[in-house]
Amino acid sequence: MASLKDLRNRIASVKSTQKITKAMQMVAAAKLRRAEEAAAAARPYADRMASVLANIAGAVEGDGPPLMVGTGKDDVHLLVVFTAERGLCGGFNASIVKLARQRQRELEGQGKTVKFLAVGKKAWDLMRRDLSDKVVERVDFREVKQIGFDEADQLGEMIMQLFDKGEFDVCTIFYSAFQNVITQVPTAQQIIPADLSGGEDESDEGSNAAVYEYEPEPGAILDALIPRNIKVQLLHAMLENAASEQGARMTAMDNATRNAGDMIDKLSISYNRQRQAQITTELVEIISGAEAL
Amino acid sequence: MADSFQFELVSPEKLLMSEAVTAVSVPGSEGFFTVMASHAPVMTTVKPGIVIVTKEGGTEEKIFVRGGFADVNEKGLTLLAEQAEPADQVDIAALEQSIKDAEEDVSDASDPEEKAKAQHALDQLREARAGLPG
Repeated sequence: MASLKDLRNRIASVKSTQKITKAMQMVAAAKLRRAEEAAAAARPYADRMASVLANIAGAVEGDGPPLMVGTGKDDVHLLVVFTAERGLCGGFNASIVKLARQRQRELEGQGKTVKFLAVGKKAWDLMRRDLSDKVVERVDFREVKQIGFDEADQLGEMIMQLFDKGEFDVCTIFYSAFQNVITQVPTAQQIIPADLSGGEDESDEGSNAAVYEYEPEPGAILDALIPRNIKVQLLHAMLENAASEQGARMTAMDNATRNAGDMIDKLSISYNRQRQAQITTELVEIISGAEAL
Repeated sequence: MADSFQFELVSPEKLLMSEAVTAVSVPGSEGFFTVMASHAPVMTTVKPGIVIVTKEGGTEEKIFVRGGFADVNEKGLTLLAEQAEPADQVDIAALEQSIKDAEEDVSDASDPEEKAKAQHALDQLREARAGLPG
């Protein structure tokens, strides 16, 4: 049984941990609001881009650029795994990596080659032990305060360069879609070859529109549009991920704060019990001492 | 008064403008053009330059964009800009820096096709710079 002094120290230490988790929770809540706003602000562009793209894809005769139609093979898959730069956010990072690994096993089961691109420090931390030879590239944005288009641009260029070199045929991104503070859904999304199915529904309603004029010709526009679209999707994934991360951290820290509270309650009870027991023993000693006289 | 139509200016980070306007002139990559109500559907790439928006009251607003796409359809004009800011708030230093970068690209480019591309980008940036004060 721990002594009174040990218990006192223990309570003090749990209390200071609780203060930290509480502060982290509040910081996450503030950041979450900002991240959510950023994700919401980026949505119109992605929506418009999707409808423009669906529009133009229908107009192009013959095959589109390779980024859209793919290389015609699907032997080598590149899985881009987005995670946070920091831990202490519950199962957030682990669940994204888990989804990616699941996909990797499936693909390898089918005899395909799998390569990884780790975005975020934690992705590398979680994969380096057994997958380090499969990680072709790793990126982190530790220095970046607010994810913006520049980061998506860099990453997009990197992925497209790999594609041009013929390093992979299919590219899928893994990130966590933000639903609400408590729920974040790890999501896989194919970006190369472009999956236009999402945008096509919208174009159906506008399909009775007049014939478009294209300037320069559709193919040239598409050549410029597709890389943009990839970057926009990357940006979307990164912003969603940032919001999810803060959401996950908020929940995790809320739980931690509550656990610390429970622990303090329990420790306080046993501290008080012991203190009383000690007083009782002392009293008994005094009384029996007095009676003996 | 001229008819108005819906104009939307979006950059990857946010929706910058969404309102009814009477005319917008856009620096298309194949030349400037002005969109007014019931313009025929057009899709084009946009080069760096100034977009002039004439609002319903007749006031004009100048916005600097750095490339993007313009999509005119029956619903209105959607401008997907790579970067956009009001012309009087443009970061001239940053623009000049990118002109310098473009100049380096031109001198670094090895094959002729790349060189022509870089030169083209540089010309567009220079032209955009000429349209701005300061």
